[in-house]
Amino acid sequence: MRNHSANSRRGLRWLRLVLVLAGTVSVIAAAHSQQGAPREDLLALSGEPGRAGGRLVVSLRAEPKTLNPILALDAPSREVISAMQADLVHINRSTQLTEPALAKSWEVSSDGLEYTLRLRHGLRFSDGEPVDADDVVFTFRVYLDESLHSPQRDLLIVGGKPIAVHKVDLYTLVFRLAQPYSVGERIFDSLAILPRHLLEKPYLEGKLGQVGSLSAPSSQWAGLGPFRVKEYVAGQRLILERNPFYWKRDANGYRLPYLDQLVFLFVPSADAQVLRFESGETDMISRLSADNFSVLSRQQQSYTMLDAGPGLEYNFLFFNLNDLGEKSGPEMATKQKWFREVKFRQAVSAAVDREAIVSLVYQKRGRALWGPVTPGNLRWADTTIAHPERSLEHARQLLRELGFRWANQAIGEPVLVDPDGKTVEFSILTSSSNADRTKMATLIQDDLKQLGMRVQVVPLEFRSLIDRITQTKQYDACVLGLVSFDADPNSDINVWLSRGATHLWNPQQAHPATPWEAEIDRLLETQLTATSFQKRKMLYDRVQEILAENQPMIFLASPDILVGAKKVIGNFHPAVLEPYVLWNVEQLYRRTGEENARK
Amino acid sequence: MTGYRKLDKWLGVLVALHVVIACGGFFAPYDPVEQDREHSYVRPMRLHLVDRQGNIHVRPFFYPLRPSEGSVNQYDEDTGRPISLKFFTSGASYKLLGFLPVRLHLFRADGARIYLLGSDGYGRDQLSRILYGGQVSLLAGLLGAGITLSIGLGIGAVAGYYGGWRDDVLMRLAELFLALPWLYLLFALRAFLPLAVSPLEAFLLIVVVIATVGWARPARLVRGVVLSAKERDFVRAARGFGASDSYLFRRHVLPETSSVLLTQAAILIPQYVLAEMTLSFLGLGVPEPVASWGNLLANLQQYSVLMSYWWMYLPALAVAPFFMGYLGLAAALEERADSLKMGSWSREV
Repeated sequence: MRNHSANSRRGLRWLRLVLVLAGTVSVIAAAHSQQGAPREDLLALSGEPGRAGGRLVVSLRAEPKTLNPILALDAPSREVISAMQADLVHINRSTQLTEPALAKSWEVSSDGLEYTLRLRHGLRFSDGEPVDADDVVFTFRVYLDESLHSPQRDLLIVGGKPIAVHKVDLYTLVFRLAQPYSVGERIFDSLAILPRHLLEKPYLEGKLGQVGSLSAPSSQWAGLGPFRVKEYVAGQRLILERNPFYWKRDANGYRLPYLDQLVFLFVPSADAQVLRFESGETDMISRLSADNFSVLSRQQQSYTMLDAGPGLEYNFLFFNLNDLGEKSGPEMATKQKWFREVKFRQAVSAAVDREAIVSLVYQKRGRALWGPVTPGNLRWADTTIAHPERSLEHARQLLRELGFRWANQAIGEPVLVDPDGKTVEFSILTSSSNADRTKMATLIQDDLKQLGMRVQVVPLEFRSLIDRITQTKQYDACVLGLVSFDADPNSDINVWLSRGATHLWNPQQAHPATPWEAEIDRLLETQLTATSFQKRKMLYDRVQEILAENQPMIFLASPDILVGAKKVIGNFHPAVLEPYVLWNVEQLYRRTGEENARK
Repeated sequence: MTGYRKLDKWLGVLVALHVVIACGGFFAPYDPVEQDREHSYVRPMRLHLVDRQGNIHVRPFFYPLRPSEGSVNQYDEDTGRPISLKFFTSGASYKLLGFLPVRLHLFRADGARIYLLGSDGYGRDQLSRILYGGQVSLLAGLLGAGITLSIGLGIGAVAGYYGGWRDDVLMRLAELFLALPWLYLLFALRAFLPLAVSPLEAFLLIVVVIATVGWARPARLVRGVVLSAKERDFVRAARGFGASDSYLFRRHVLPETSSVLLTQAAILIPQYVLAEMTLSFLGLGVPEPVASWGNLLANLQQYSVLMSYWWMYLPALAVAPFFMGYLGLAAALEERADSLKMGSWSREV
């Protein structure tokens, strides 16, 4: 099958050469009649039909590191890639449900082990080359290639075995799993289908890792998303242009996207992004802090500011529970002895004033948290988890039970000392670029002062902070936040599994360090293969309860998703999932001046 | 004679300002790190003498604030409940001049907190923070300038008096220090230190760094003065009579440098206060929650604060009279030095 298709492609190329020499212009039409697929199977989107043309400018926190979806890890890269690539089955960021994308339909076998996907006919990459099952087979071969270390690889290993892909015909594929997989067709979301005609050669030469750099000519890259690269100016901007071969159309039959250009400006600081938006240089803004949101809301004449409601970001305080062995000094060993006590962590949690965080940091545009799943995640949050009120008395009681006591001082409040007579003092790291989290840490510092703990807040540059947590492990405690990219528990599985790389308090353990971490591992692995939602929910609820009880992370608060857009932008429907405002970029459009005035 | 009057005026102003800061605990109504989480970003509150009924009060009073319904950081005056200020009453304990435990405060209010200069994002009293912050920033300036001038005097005097290879070595060293990019040096130094430094350690670090980096200029000035002083006729005469080096130094050379040193001090102190503020502003100085002028101004790095809460600029205004005082003093000292020089020169002629 594969050989046949390769031959027919080669034949096509030769034919095309002849046609060009003959001066014919309908090259692509000819190619299509050769393949016997004249019909294009476009996906029709409902929703307000827009107006074609214009450009949309947004700012990006940093330059994307790569346009290669196999390698992209950083948020800016992922955001750009999501506008340039497409997946087989897509999770609608607004409804949080799966929708057909490149695959027109799919069937699951009764044992849940086999997925049959049917591709749309007549799809073409942004360079005009046709898409067929071979591209999909190639794509999965690349994602599953161990030597490429693709971040998506882990998700495609089910029951210890990689997912197997078989091509049935040019438009039909069968995926075989070793075990039933709980997420079902969600597994296909965000797996960009790669252009085999461009990438097979570099892949076989082992050079795929170098493909997709921003500075490379745009002809080296093609995707199935609504936009493709037009121009890149290092340190300033990335301009994407409309992909004329995109596979979605609007209710009137117009081929999307509406916009001619999508421009990403590289604006590193959140405040600078606000200024750009305020001055009209950018058209949309997301990831707004509550402070900046209220500044912009006060002067909204030409833009709409929206509180999209609670999102999936959870902020927390965690202690260094790594097994540091001999390399840490006696001081660190003493601190870790406190940190390892569940009651110590519970005492800290009881002393933290979460309501103050919500009102002072988020200006009440957020929710207090006692577990990892935010109230924004309606389907999965365990509503039975207790929300104990702040109680210093309870905190003191817990500390007393551990043998801690308070030593009076000549001046000031009594100081907490451990059973060995050592003063309880430690530092909390925060990212210096995140004013919200630094403020949280400063509030916690004051909360814990009332327990007699001496806490220092140390704002660090983000990269050295991450380096300390994941590499050197030289820190006491840290205030950090994570954003789930999907409501499904599997999106955060690497945070909770003891072997996970983002199991922040003690990452990448060879064996679970504590019985409760072992239980979480077990529960999560069981839910991976459970197929009914009720069963999974029960298992994941238990995970949430264990986390709430053992407090490896002291959950603090979750902010609302705060976004804004100029009033001239149509179809602005922010989602609480990333990318908050650009998830429906193909449907965004600019109204004309008159239309805007009428609205 | 006007030079002296000007000098006295500026000195008077500066002494008064420093006394206020040194006794900050007395003038500050609250502990500078105490948080009042119900009252974040309160705008400066008004004091009244006449209430709504038109009655005149002897003691100034204010209306306590309660959060407005449905908004954040907005407050309404509770006009039904005027609260009078009490003067010279005892309140929270503090240490006067850093060691005397005292409870006496200039004013205080019972039942609600008063924010004459507003509150910050944690509900901390800005007036108290400016006063206590001044202690940190001014002390850093004074200590730093003291150390700098001592080093500068020592090195400048040795280089100028003995000359020769000592002069060469010391002055090349001074040039090296002048060329140092001290801000980056401090960044590098901070990276080598342990992650969490206590406020006191951080303070001493700042003082030592700004002081050791700044000695080169005063040293060169002192050297110049010493160089000319040691060739003066009366110094030569004293040496001819067999005076020792140390005697010459004490009696004839050092006094000549006093006016240079004083002028340098008046220039260096505000410069070093500013250095402390810069470092704290960048997060390299005294850590939160300790107040320093730089820490207070660091709030303004946030765009939302800049746009929404104008009273967060007040620390910058508080700094202004100190700088004007020191610059006025420096100008007056220079004037005096010039007039003295003119005088002595005319006498010699």
